[in-house]
Amino acid sequence: MRNGVATLAAFTIVLLLSSCSGGDDRETVLVMAASSLTDAFIEIETAFEAANPEIDVQLNLAGSASLLEQIVQGAPADVFASANASTMQAVVDAGAANTSTPFAGNTLQIAVPLGNPANVSDIADLADPDLLVGLCGEQVPCGQFARQALDQAGVVASIDTNEGDVRALVTKLEAGELDAGIVYATDVIASPEIEGIALPANIDVAITYPIAVLTDSPNPDLARTFFDFVLSARGQALLADAGFIAP
Amino acid sequence: MVAWVNVMSSAGMTGLDTHLVVERPDGFVLDLAITIAPGETLALLGPNGAGKSTTVEALAGLTPLDGGHIVLTNRVLDRPATNIFVPPEERGIGVVFQDYLLFDHLSVLENVMFGPVSLGEAKPQARQLAEDLLERLGIRALGDRKPLHLSGGQAQRVALARALASKPDLLLLDEALAALDVTTRGTLRRVLAQHLAAFAGPRLLITHDPTDAFLLADRIAIVEDGRLTQVGSAEDIRRRPATPYVAALAGTNLLAGVNRGGVLTLDDHHHGLQTADTSVEGPVLITVHPTAIALHKQQPSGSPRNTWETTVASVEPLGDTTRITLANPLPLGVDITPGATAALDLQPGSAVWASVKATEISVAPAAARDS
Amino acid sequence: MSGRRIRQRAPWQLVALGSIGAAVFVLPLVGLITRTPWSRLGELVASDVVVDALKLSLLTSVLAAFISLLLGVPLAWVLARINFPGRHIVRAIVTLPMVLPPVVGGAALLFALGRRGVIGEPINDATGFLLPFSVWGVVVANVFVAMPFLVVTVEGALRNLDGRHEAAAATLGASRLTVFRRITLPMISPSLRAGLVLAWARALGEFGATVTFAGNLQGRTQTLPLAVFVALEQDRDTAVAISLVLVAVSLAVLLLLRDRWWSHGSTS
Repeated sequence: MRNGVATLAAFTIVLLLSSCSGGDDRETVLVMAASSLTDAFIEIETAFEAANPEIDVQLNLAGSASLLEQIVQGAPADVFASANASTMQAVVDAGAANTSTPFAGNTLQIAVPLGNPANVSDIADLADPDLLVGLCGEQVPCGQFARQALDQAGVVASIDTNEGDVRALVTKLEAGELDAGIVYATDVIASPEIEGIALPANIDVAITYPIAVLTDSPNPDLARTFFDFVLSARGQALLADAGFIAP
Repeated sequence: MVAWVNVMSSAGMTGLDTHLVVERPDGFVLDLAITIAPGETLALLGPNGAGKSTTVEALAGLTPLDGGHIVLTNRVLDRPATNIFVPPEERGIGVVFQDYLLFDHLSVLENVMFGPVSLGEAKPQARQLAEDLLERLGIRALGDRKPLHLSGGQAQRVALARALASKPDLLLLDEALAALDVTTRGTLRRVLAQHLAAFAGPRLLITHDPTDAFLLADRIAIVEDGRLTQVGSAEDIRRRPATPYVAALAGTNLLAGVNRGGVLTLDDHHHGLQTADTSVEGPVLITVHPTAIALHKQQPSGSPRNTWETTVASVEPLGDTTRITLANPLPLGVDITPGATAALDLQPGSAVWASVKATEISVAPAAARDS
Repeated sequence: MSGRRIRQRAPWQLVALGSIGAAVFVLPLVGLITRTPWSRLGELVASDVVVDALKLSLLTSVLAAFISLLLGVPLAWVLARINFPGRHIVRAIVTLPMVLPPVVGGAALLFALGRRGVIGEPINDATGFLLPFSVWGVVVANVFVAMPFLVVTVEGALRNLDGRHEAAAATLGASRLTVFRRITLPMISPSLRAGLVLAWARALGEFGATVTFAGNLQGRTQTLPLAVFVALEQDRDTAVAISLVLVAVSLAVLLLLRDRWWSHGSTS
């Protein structure tokens, strides 16, 4: 018993030490990106590191609001890619960024589980109390955009859950636990287990993703390199592959 | 008193007839046959590890038999051959456990009520029965106390009352006096003797202490290594010990006399003794353990009444000890080590001084065994 | 008297490490209190969102604690007393929610009890009853994460319980259920109470499994921790205020119960 505990403790210490000193000699650029960018930015990271072998990109993917909080609290980040303009504006207002540039756009779709078991056909169906309807919470961009769309359509949705971020919403749709939700078109493309229904053409929600180099970036040069890569033709092509539209 | 009569009448007429065969996983085998008549107290006497605990568990239904049978008042409680096993709660065997096992979260009264209530008695009737029993045992005033606030002797009486309250057909006392200190033991032995006498069914007293067996039992069964080695009256056991173990404990000196304030006058011997136990007055049975008597070359200091000069009548080796039998005025058996025998140069005819502490002299009412 | 002297002679190493240990818990509380918007506190705490979440949290956590008691005590008894094959595996599975990230637990609950779940689908087909996105979903998620604490506590107590008192009760004529109810349960009551409080506290603070399994809707499934999470991304003052409510409720209950339940009888 005693030996077992000692062995475990020693093992843990070794692990801790190796994880501290481990890794390679590459310079690191820490990118904070909205969770709806997950798939696209993983592709971009791979392509960027292939083009710049001396740079290691670390992605911190979370809801835009969480990222805002982390950046304002002084996280040592280099680049911030937000899913909406207001969050980016808050970062600028806090003095954490001087300026930002739109790098992608997105559209909304009604997402339903594969096969559309509840036969959802229109945004008005979201008002049906017999359907299980999920949205993103109001605190995150996808939730704000979804509400704009519903307002424009004049639909009062019968909401059963406000998910913390778009990934959580997509997961519940994939599992068939929800009948319908409003997500980004990129999420529908990324997931083989949900299908999308286009919103009526008269609904116009402008979704623009801005990106910025942070003022407190520990590696402003590397940050700029990554920033430029996202805006480059190669970066834009990868974003388009993921379903993003031009800003 | 009325309740008490009920308790007595609940015991059947045929008593206990049992042949216990238990094979424990450690290889120990218990194999003993016992019968106890209603109103009879049998002491099962044996050293540690002889199988006494297994006997208690088998009788109480906590360990099933591997062979043999238990029949109590014509009811088969356990017989593996015919696949009969009656669970503990349906056996009607009242057990007073070694450390009493009182329920600490219940009051004394609730402890005693537990059995009757569990058996379906209405609360008021159970309460009446319990109060009567406590009254009978002289502890009615303790009814509201929690067991943690009882002395050993009080706890023992509560345990006895609790066992009797379920109106058992057999009363089983497992080392009921072992947890008590020497001075209260004498008193409680007397109390126990009275209450055993008041229980009409068969009574089984499990003990490792020959004094308990000699003073409380009508018959003694000796168990060694899972088997009976001798069954008989105290007199039989003392006169004709069948094994070295029996011989060693048969040496326990048993005398009759009269107690007056701790001063003992012996019936058959012209010598007095002093006992620390003044709880029993009048005619008494007196026991002195052979290892409690010390022998000296010169007169030792101490109570003159419990010190006397005598001669050695006989010297016989007895396993690891030597049995010295003293001559008049008190023909007592004394067990000392062979080394001490040599040091004192003891041979038949040697002059010695004998002494015994007043606390080592146990007394019990002489009438106790006549019940 | 001797107790006090022993305490005074406590080795300083223990006191030093113990103090650091205490600081681990005290400092975050201090941090929370320094960030509290005291002037707006009343208004923030009285908002619909907070009041709804508080009511729901109290209801679901108490319900979950008692369901844990009802199911967890028998489970603990079976684990402690019945030697069945695979008992170690069952015990490991029971304690799994203590190490499993609650979000994973919530997902697992969805796969089992959700609309397309192993059990959930037939139940939904037959009765139309659906656990996710309902108050009962919150309770189930709470029970899932909270009950192991009760089971572990009570099972330990049952294992340490010397069965001889129960045997004595049986010889007095008590049926097995009576023995359990009148002897076993009272004898382990300090552990029962501790287990109940631990389970309740765990349920009150539960977040991950709830948000994953039961979703998040104010007034239906949004408990205090979920409200904190939402508020953290919107308005930090509200988040801090809700957190303070959560801390105050738990501290009040724990201190109250400590006086009533743990100061005496804990030795038996």
